[in-house]
Amino acid sequence: MAYAQEHAHSQPASRTLVRAAGFVRRYWAPYLFVSPFFLMFAAFMLYPVLFSLVLSFHEWNGVGPMVWRGLDNYARLAHDQAFIQSFINSAIIFVMYVPAMTALALVLAALLNSAYLRARALWRAAIFLPYVTAVVAVGFTFALLFDRDFGLLNLVLVAVGLPKVDWLLLPALARLSVSTLVTWRWLGYNMVIMLGGLQNIPGELYEAATIDGAGVLRSFLSITIPLMRPVILFAVVLSTIGTFSLFTEPYVLFQGTSGAGPARATLTPVLHLYHNAFGFLKFGYASAIAYVYFGVLFVLTALQWKLFGRDGG
Amino acid sequence: MKGIVYALIVALALTMLMPFLWMLSSSLKPQSEIFRLPPAVIPPHPSLDNFRRLFEQTPFALNLFNTAYIATAFTLLALFLCSLGGFAFAKYRFPGREALFLVLLGSLVIPFEVTMVPLYVLYQRIGWIDTHWPLLIPGTANAFGIFFMRQIIRGVPDELIDTARIDGAGEFRIFTRVIVPVVTPALTSLGIIFFMSSWNSFLWPLVLLRSSQRLTAAVAVARLQGSIYAPYDLILAGSVLLTLPLIVVFLILQKRFIEGIMAGAVKA
Repeated sequence: MAYAQEHAHSQPASRTLVRAAGFVRRYWAPYLFVSPFFLMFAAFMLYPVLFSLVLSFHEWNGVGPMVWRGLDNYARLAHDQAFIQSFINSAIIFVMYVPAMTALALVLAALLNSAYLRARALWRAAIFLPYVTAVVAVGFTFALLFDRDFGLLNLVLVAVGLPKVDWLLLPALARLSVSTLVTWRWLGYNMVIMLGGLQNIPGELYEAATIDGAGVLRSFLSITIPLMRPVILFAVVLSTIGTFSLFTEPYVLFQGTSGAGPARATLTPVLHLYHNAFGFLKFGYASAIAYVYFGVLFVLTALQWKLFGRDGG
Repeated sequence: MKGIVYALIVALALTMLMPFLWMLSSSLKPQSEIFRLPPAVIPPHPSLDNFRRLFEQTPFALNLFNTAYIATAFTLLALFLCSLGGFAFAKYRFPGREALFLVLLGSLVIPFEVTMVPLYVLYQRIGWIDTHWPLLIPGTANAFGIFFMRQIIRGVPDELIDTARIDGAGEFRIFTRVIVPVVTPALTSLGIIFFMSSWNSFLWPLVLLRSSQRLTAAVAVARLQGSIYAPYDLILAGSVLLTLPLIVVFLILQKRFIEGIMAGAVKA
């Protein structure tokens, strides 16, 4: 009886063991191959995201004890003028450059995708080149170009009989300076994304349109734009995220104010997060900023997909 | 009409290149000539003095070396881990594959900024502040790269893998001898994107690095600017050195680079 019982138990146990061994022998490779990602994901993403949520309900400077504050950090954000201003700034900067840059990128892509111009690879390379460069390096050069007294931009203005302008001292122009730097750097990237999309549009469509008597402009409006909508949307979504997470451009152009600019005109949510986290060591408050920032971006992106995605519009 | 279009595109191309030329030209001038009216487009007395002083007065050679070795090591490790992960998702069936892949795609939604403060605390605990580890290890096995490589490796014919397996090749050997050689062009494209993002990264090294010997070149250039006085002669010399290597890489690998950006966008 005892033997039978023991035997009855050991039999399935060893079968499970055999099965487990077979499972390992069969699948060890794919699990091993994907494990670096999941280990890093757990340590450097999942854990921080959860810890950040916990932190956002606390007051903590990184060394002392964490003090529970409930929703205080979030309540304070609602009255934080700089925080609200940072989102308004990003929205203004977005309006300043995203529509113009996206449209220009699409037109340039269409131009470089056709046989209309010669030396297309040359133009493509020249327009794309800024994307390759370190923002820090060109940021200082732009600061020099925007300089009130010695900057090239004002010298050109004076040469054509216009007055000098304080590019980096007036709030609206400070945002325009940031927009200019961002457009300069990202135009080529957007153009290349659009080029990728254009190459998926069958050429016969344009041929058919030409036979039907449609001109270049007509073809652009009724073939290119509708078929490119998903790509344009993708580019705009990237620009949206990019604008709210701007850091290096304002940081370098306005290093005297740690990127905030004149009257905080170029303070972005990520700059505000940086100041609170690593300037004032308010880790709890900074985490609350990070979560609201995440939430706003998530909603904005979802809205854009919903309004302009495949089903909408 | 065509004449106008040519004029516009030439003007645009010159506008895009102008800041580089201005940077280069100014870096060859002494500070007094950088701020002189009217400015000289071609320096009247070009000299490499700014570069010499930059190397003498600051550990910029070391900073440049840091940037180069971090970008190289990060890129190599990332290419290895991403193609390995992409291979597994593309060519193996295993329990939980779809669920794991969804987690991978979902991780793309999380912005880096949300993880910044806890990561800083974590790095403080494990002694990674003011070291290069946070710039070398995290993010090497990343969702974008694995997704990118999965799409590419899916196009590799199964017969190649089966033949190798019949010949007795192990799983890892199949990866190194069959998969990697076929997807080298895609690895180059992805590698340039990784290299560039590591080379140009600024916010995280700015937060994490302290000692001047350990700074990356980008942070070192930004640190040159004092609160009152900006030594533009040194800053621009540093800017040129920070920019030039990437421009050279771009000019050599231009086609692959642009293909990578297109592919990444179309797939995402």
